[in-house]
Amino acid sequence: METLNEWAFVGVFFAIAWVFPALPIIGAWLVRPKKPNALKKQTYESGVETVGDTWVQFRVQYYIYGLVFLIFDVEMIFLFPWAVAYERLDWFAYGAGFLFIFLLTDALIYAWRKRALEWV
Amino acid sequence: MTTCVDFINTLSPCLVRAGWNADLANLLSLLLGVVIVATVPLLTVILLIWIERKFAARIQDRIGPNRVGPYGLLQSLADALKMLTKEDITPSGADRILFNLAPIITFATVVLIWAIVPFTPLHIGADLSIGILYFVAVGSIGAVKVMIGGWSSNNKYALLGAFRTIALIVSYEVPMILALLVPVLMAGSMGMQDLTHAQGGMWFIVMSPLAAIIFFVANLAETGRSPFDLLEAESELIAGYNIEYSGFKFGMFMAGEFMHVFTVAVLTAVLFLGGWWGPFVDQFPALGFIWLGLKTAVVYLFMLLIRNTVPRFRIDQVMNINWKFMVPLSIVLILLQSFLLRLIDALGLRPAPELANDLLANLPQTLVLLAGNLVLGAIFMHLLQRHGRTLREADEALATVKGEAAPAGGMAEA
Repeated sequence: METLNEWAFVGVFFAIAWVFPALPIIGAWLVRPKKPNALKKQTYESGVETVGDTWVQFRVQYYIYGLVFLIFDVEMIFLFPWAVAYERLDWFAYGAGFLFIFLLTDALIYAWRKRALEWV
Repeated sequence: MTTCVDFINTLSPCLVRAGWNADLANLLSLLLGVVIVATVPLLTVILLIWIERKFAARIQDRIGPNRVGPYGLLQSLADALKMLTKEDITPSGADRILFNLAPIITFATVVLIWAIVPFTPLHIGADLSIGILYFVAVGSIGAVKVMIGGWSSNNKYALLGAFRTIALIVSYEVPMILALLVPVLMAGSMGMQDLTHAQGGMWFIVMSPLAAIIFFVANLAETGRSPFDLLEAESELIAGYNIEYSGFKFGMFMAGEFMHVFTVAVLTAVLFLGGWWGPFVDQFPALGFIWLGLKTAVVYLFMLLIRNTVPRFRIDQVMNINWKFMVPLSIVLILLQSFLLRLIDALGLRPAPELANDLLANLPQTLVLLAGNLVLGAIFMHLLQRHGRTLREADEALATVKGEAAPAGGMAEA
């Protein structure tokens, strides 16, 4: 049975999990040599001096993948309750789930037909 | 069902009787449980790095680490010591807070998944009723860490690598979550213990091999290992999103990756290979830990084998395989699997609740599901082959038009 304590466990876990990787990094910070200079701190781009700012508005040609992912991600989360309650569902609810997945497929076929799934 | 929390629940009354403050005792016992659960992956990862290096060395006809300690077992510790004393360079112009945060997030998110791994029937960090959802949620932070690392480095290669990796990780999350629906359908629960208990009669890998394969491959992509190691395509992006990292921060990325691979192996074992189920686990629940460890080892070594023998895909191939093969396949698989489960119910092939853990009683429904999976897999493989042939013929036709001799075997011999 799930109790509130289970969630307290996860809460404590969330707090502790950061400590494990942070400790060695802090430890390294204490013992490691610190002799930075301008040349060392240069951005590493194959020995060529970096041109311009990195934080520009980058053109992500494949943002469509992100959009398709968003549609799928949201829809899939809705499918989980359907899957959990599956054995207790009547045929109507079952058909509704089917229809929902069909719409999902429809979106995929549409994106495919529109050539949104091509890597450019 | 007893869990780690129950152990805590027995510990804290003892402390209260000994004169402790109730809240304090509760917190202390929770802390103890967390540390125990989190230590399991942390200790194994040190050993895993050694295993991985030995394994890779054998495949490449080398000996591998053999100088530090017996059989080189202490190599990882020596490496950790070395990394502690390495100078750590933060590039000028980097976003310092995010730059330092990325390796910590990398490691922490992987550790967090272990909260829901059922080690034995009695031992689990937290048996959440939405265990699967928790895994998906925590696992998704992996994409964020790549973006933070790539963005904060103030390096164009790192940023490009991060963008590409995000496209890959995010895409492969779709078939992974869809494949996770199949065990949820069969077990009727999202809790990890319930999912394991549901495999008492038959493992889910037999009842739905396709879901297991999709989950495995998608997770392979999530870990960023070969053949999906596009995030560290050395020849194109120098190193990928972690190019500017050095010292222990780089080590954290590496350790996080090693642990992620192991975590994936453990989850595959729990979800599809029956988790802690094994002989005598009814009498001695602690034995489950060994069975789970053995199954995890098998999956883990299989992942190492793939990593060391399969060449890297091109990015467009990776995306095509995902969106045009694995996603449609997983959608059809869910439709098929849910339909077959209905059919099994209608035909009365589902074993009675008291026989749920009996192999023979489970056999009829297993055969139906397995047959359905195999037919679906055969159809999709046939479609894939046909598509490949079309592509090859198009290539050859193009070569003929250009007046060149058509390569006999297509891409393979070109």
